[in-house]
Amino acid sequence: MNEKKRQKAAVDQNFCVACGCCVKVCPVSAIEIQKGIAALVDTAKCVGCGRCAKECPASVIELREVSA
Amino acid sequence: MKKRWYDYLWVLSLTYLILGFFNILFAWLGLLCFFIPLIISVSQGTKGYCNRYCGRGQLFGLLGGRFGLSRKKDIPRFMKSKAFRYGFLIFFFLMFFQMLWNTYLVFEGAASLKQVVTLLWSFRLPWHWAYHGTLLHPGVAQFAFGFYSVMLTSTVLGLITMVLFKPRSWCVYCPMGTMTQLICKVKNHKM
Ligand code: SF4
Ligand code: SF4
Repeated sequence: MNEKKRQKAAVDQNFCVACGCCVKVCPVSAIEIQKGIAALVDTAKCVGCGRCAKECPASVIELREVSA
Repeated sequence: MKKRWYDYLWVLSLTYLILGFFNILFAWLGLLCFFIPLIISVSQGTKGYCNRYCGRGQLFGLLGGRFGLSRKKDIPRFMKSKAFRYGFLIFFFLMFFQMLWNTYLVFEGAASLKQVVTLLWSFRLPWHWAYHGTLLHPGVAQFAFGFYSVMLTSTVLGLITMVLFKPRSWCVYCPMGTMTQLICKVKNHKM
């Protein structure tokens, strides 16, 4: 059974400034800026590399453990 | 990731700053950085300008990223608060209107042309070499000096926060970014 924990990126939309820096660095295009308001991660696509979190100038992206 | 033509717009931003050093009248071109983001946000309801075309953001990304001129630390919590971001937007616009007022006075002949670039709203740098007289009204030049001051000031602030925090920290409190996000919120009925 695949009980492995996986990392997924999550955006704190309250503090996201919708700059799009995260979108540019995501290797699997898992992030989208919704209506110029905040970023949203497609957790189905996200591979948990953490590049977006490193890049985000507001540091509002967190990697969370999710059970796969 | 494949580079697109708009990933090179930082060249224009850099060229803009350099041109203003030689001829201040080029500062007028900076109005593009005001109107294009606004037009995109009002017409499309997106921050397409920030997300794709902002050359200044790219420049910070390049200097802070590729060239390593950034500590890459988290920006202080207060700087991403709504109070700080909206406060800075308001302050920025008050200063902007003051600049427009000074331009108006020169147009009216009530004040004479001041060939200085004001950095951080306080420090007056001599900049007379960039003005070669013009067939146009001195008010046209006064606006150029004022607008270049705005652009240089925001670049310097952006460079400081780039070094201290993450490369594109400026994007967190950029008045245009805050304003276009606000427009998107209103337009998409999220406020
Ligand atoms: S963690 Fe990696 S894969 Fe997931 S959204 Fe961020 S950049 Fe994309
Ligand atoms: S980089 Fe951070 S602030 Fe910018 S859009 Fe992505 S999550 Fe939001």
